[in-house]
Parts: sequence; structure tokens; C-alpha cells
Amino acid sequence: MTEQPAFPFPAARPVLELAAVTKTYGEQPPVSALRGVSLTVRQGELVAVVGPSGSGKTTLLHVMGTLERPTDGVVRINGIDIADLDDQQLAAVRARSIGFVFQQFFLAAHTTALENVADGLLYAGVEVGERRRRAAEALEQVGLAHRRRFRPGKMSGGERQRVAIARALVGRPAILLADEPTGNLDSTNGASIVALLHRLNAEGATILVITHDSELAARLPRQVHVLDGRIVSDSAADATVGGRR
Amino acid sequence: MNTEAITAPARLRLGDQARLASVGIRSRPLRAALSALGIAIGVAAIVAVLGLSSSSQAGLLAEIDRLGTNLLKATNGQTLSGKEAQLPREAPARLSMLDPVEQVAHVGTVADAKAYRSPLVPATHTNGLQIRAASLNLPSVIATGIAHGRWLNEASATKPVTVLGATAAQRMGIDRVYPGQRVWLGGQWFYVAGILRPAVLTTEIDTSALIGYPAARQYLNHTGVSNGKPADGHPSTVYVRAVTERVGAVQSVLARTANPKAAGEVDVSQPSDALTARAAAEGAFNSLFLGLGAVALIVGAVGVANIMIISVLERRSEIGLRRALGATRRQIRTQFLAEAVALALIGGAVGVTAGVAATAVYAKTQGWAVVIPVESWVGGIASAILIGALAGLLPAIRAARLSPTEALRTV
Repeated sequence: MTEQPAFPFPAARPVLELAAVTKTYGEQPPVSALRGVSLTVRQGELVAVVGPSGSGKTTLLHVMGTLERPTDGVVRINGIDIADLDDQQLAAVRARSIGFVFQQFFLAAHTTALENVADGLLYAGVEVGERRRRAAEALEQVGLAHRRRFRPGKMSGGERQRVAIARALVGRPAILLADEPTGNLDSTNGASIVALLHRLNAEGATILVITHDSELAARLPRQVHVLDGRIVSDSAADATVGGRR
Repeated sequence: MNTEAITAPARLRLGDQARLASVGIRSRPLRAALSALGIAIGVAAIVAVLGLSSSSQAGLLAEIDRLGTNLLKATNGQTLSGKEAQLPREAPARLSMLDPVEQVAHVGTVADAKAYRSPLVPATHTNGLQIRAASLNLPSVIATGIAHGRWLNEASATKPVTVLGATAAQRMGIDRVYPGQRVWLGGQWFYVAGILRPAVLTTEIDTSALIGYPAARQYLNHTGVSNGKPADGHPSTVYVRAVTERVGAVQSVLARTANPKAAGEVDVSQPSDALTARAAAEGAFNSLFLGLGAVALIVGAVGVANIMIISVLERRSEIGLRRALGATRRQIRTQFLAEAVALALIGGAVGVTAGVAATAVYAKTQGWAVVIPVESWVGGIASAILIGALAGLLPAIRAARLSPTEALRTV
């Protein structure tokens, strides 16, 4: 893959690299969810991957997040080729280098916002006192310091998604992958989440948002359009760089 | 960045493992309680059965201790021709001359005389009661006492006066003693002087109406012959208290001494044997109830396995999230296995507590010492842990097998 000048930090280190990634499900007939995707996300970027449902963007998220291995092609996280890692090491990569935010939040209902955020550090081997201390910081960062003792059930959808974002960011991952982060929110709450993502990005977080909402995508600095398992356009590069080979 | 530092999986600390194991229990406490209940019942049954049998055994042994194991009994047996034999009149006196013998008491069954509440009672309604002439030291030798009224004395032993055994009094419907109270013994009114407490070692005394030898001779024709002259009747049973260490020696010569001419016509027994046998037999019920406890445990295990399988299905998204947060398959498996063990352990602990409490309450009402064998509660807890592990294994493996994307796709 040739080096492309990337917006906004051309010289920044790549944190996520996909090269000619394909993903095929099933045997007969095989279903191709990804058909040769190449994409580089550099440190400090805020990227939207946008496409209609069925375009393969959720599979792309799973492959980028190392939840699934590609059928073919190369995936590098922080320069490490995940093909060289076994399942346990992949889990460790997720624990330390990748943060996930889901449309459904996936918060534990029986415990507090603070504990939910602290769980983001559990599998990185951080001791419980330190987990809580850093969770409190992360909650402050997303503007929910006053809600740390609340259970998710007592919070609004926007607040819940902020808790989920705090949980994803508490381990200072190399990249934050957000899957339809505003999908379950009304427009006001959605806008505030987008504003939060902008602010966190300005503070240094690398964020990739997957969405079907092109309006939301338009508000982010870089848009990557996906259709039928291919990248059809990438605002940060020539249209040819995407996936048409 | 250093590849090793990023890709080495972190180990969970014990405290974190415990916290993870309690996630399901804390989020659904009622369900957890109900599924632990089965195991609690099983463990409680096992602990209570073992505790109760040990406590009742301890109670019996204490009773045996109190009553003493040094009581021997020589009873008239049968002659060669199958007729009822007679103990010689001199038997008690001869037995008391044996060196290790401390005390001798005796009773003589009054033949052909029955005891009734009143003459109006039909003759066939004997209630299984017997009239026995008794030596005056009988209560102390057989380790019983007076429940109501007074025991016989030198004077009342010559008069138509009786003391009823505990069962005899009960069957006649007499529960207290008042002046002028009479019963109909052998066609004659006898005044009731007292009622005995139950004689545990010698239950034949319980079903007796006891009178003095002189009274038996005078009023009920219970007579013998001494040196050619009429005398008190023959004893039918001689009770002997011997020095505890030499009970065996006394027992071996008891028959010969009591009736030198026909030792074979004397039945010798040690009444405490029956109680000792009962103490040993207390274990007989155990296997049945232990079996029931085991069945309850198995049912409890099925309950826990069932709950865990449902839990794994319901918590797919939690599993997917944890995998996304960096949990390895092994960590997911350990979490669910530990949760099943924790459930079973809670059940086991509650069961042991309930079993001990049941034992304590019952033992208190029976006046026994509370004895909980160590192996019962250790075994109860250990089997709960084992059962939890077995019940949780399959669900935990299923949880770990779930691929993260599959787990996240649901909802």
C-alpha cells in the first residue's frame, strides 16, 4: 500500500491498517461481506465509515476490532499484524489497544456508572482501586462526574452512551470504534454525542464511527463510504485508493 | 510500542474473579436464591440426618452412662420339659455373697393374679399387666425413682398396698396418687401408695403392680416353703449390681450361683445390652435419609445447571461485550464456572446452617447433647462445590465457545 497524504495529520503514525481485506461467510453459497478493503487510520483522526445496511460495515467493524479474523488480507493494529497472534493475544490487544462503543450501550444494569466504566480496564490487568480512580476521571471527561453513583436504569440514553464512551476510553486505547453510537438516541442527544466525540478527538483520541447516517458522517472530518463490501470513496484520498481494484 | 506489552494477556486477580462470579447473582438475586435452594435442601437433609443420628446416639450413650452398664438380670427360665422353672428362694442371698456384687434386688411374679382398675373391668382386659412382689431396695438397684407418692416400706409391704409401674399406671388411667385410691389386684382391693418413674433398663417393672413379699404371701397366696415351714414366695427375677470392671466375671457365674442344682434353668442377661444395640442401630435409618438427601442434591444440581444455561443464553450480549473489552475464552469460562460454584456454595452454606439448626432444635427438645459430625458439614460443603462445578461446566463451556461477533449480534 502506498503512503497517502492523510488529513489532518499527514505524518501521524498509523494505528489501524487494513490491506486488501476480504471476509467470506459460509460455504455454499459463500457470502462475501468484505471484498478487498484497504484503509489506514492514523493517530488523531476522526473518521466516519458510512454505508447503507448490508454494505458490510458491521463486518468491517468486527474485523477492525479483531473480533473476527479476515478471510484474506492484512490487519495491523499499532503496526502489529494480527495474523501473527493467537486468540489470547488478540484478546489482550482488544483489552489494551481498542475501545468499543455499541448502539445498544451494553451497560450492566445492576451496578453503577463508575463500576461500568471501571470494567473497561478489568481485562487489561489494572488493580481495582486504580480502575475506579481512572474510571472517575473518564466519567469527568465525558461530563458525567455527578452521575458516577447512578445505575444505567436511572440515566437518559445520551448519558448511558456517554458512560459507554467513557468505558471505551478509560484504557486510553489506540483507537475507539463506535458502531452507530447515535442509533438509539434522539437528535438532541445524538448531537451532543457527536460534539463529545469531536471534543475527545481534539483531546487526542483516535475515533472511527460506523454509521448509516450520512448527515452524521458529514459532520466528521473524514468520510469513508462503503457499499457491497468495498470502499467506494474516501474523502481523505483519491477515489481510486479505496477498494476498486 | 512494545509488541509483548500489548499482546500478553493479563491475569485476573482473585478479588476480580470473585466479583465476576457474583455478577449474575447480584443482578438476579431471587433467581439465584431459588436455584441455590435445591442444593440447600439436599445439604440440610444430609447434615440434619447425620447430626440427628449422632446426637441421638450421644443421648442414648449418656443415658446408658447414667443408668450404668453393671446391672445383671437372672430370670427363671424353662425346665427341660418346657415348664416354667423356679428360682430358689435362697438365690438373692447367695448372689449377694459373691465378692464383686454390690447390690441385689428381686421380684417374684404372682402367678394367676391379674391387676385391674376396679372389679367392674372384665377379666379378659388385663392390659398386659402383672403383679409382682418386690424387695424393698428394688428402685435403687434398677436405677429408677418415685414419680408420685411413696415407695413401699417395711410396714406397707405387709399390707394390701401397691406401687404401680409407669406403664401400669398409665394403662389403668392413674396419673396421680391420692389417699384412699385403690386398684383391684388378684380379687382384692390394694391401696395405691405411689407410681414409679419409667425403668428404662427393666421395662418389665413398668408394666407391673408392685407389692411387698409379705403382702403377696398373705393376700395373693404367693408362698414358698423354707425348712419345712411356709415362707415368702420364690423370686422370679434377681437384679444384681456388680463392680463395673468385673461384670463379665459375675455374669459367667450368675446362673450357677443362683441355682446350683439347675444352672441351665436360669436366663442371664445384661439389660444395658439392649440400649447399646439401639445406639448402634441408630445408623440404620441413615442410609435411607442420606439417599433422599443425595436425590435432593442431584435435583439441586440440575436446577443450577438449568439456571446457568438460561443465564448464558440471556447474557450473550454481556459475553460479547466482555470479549470486546478483552476477555479471553478462558476468562469467560472461569467466570461462569465460578458463578455456578458460588451458587452451589451459597446453597451449601445455607444448608449446613439449616441442618445444624434443625439438629440443635430437635436435640434440645429431646435433651440430647448437640453433636454435628465434622464430616457431615465438611462433606456437605464439599459436595456442594463439586456439584456446582459439575453443573456449571457445560454452560461455562458453551459461554466460552460463543464467538464475540455472534454474542454481540443478538439483542
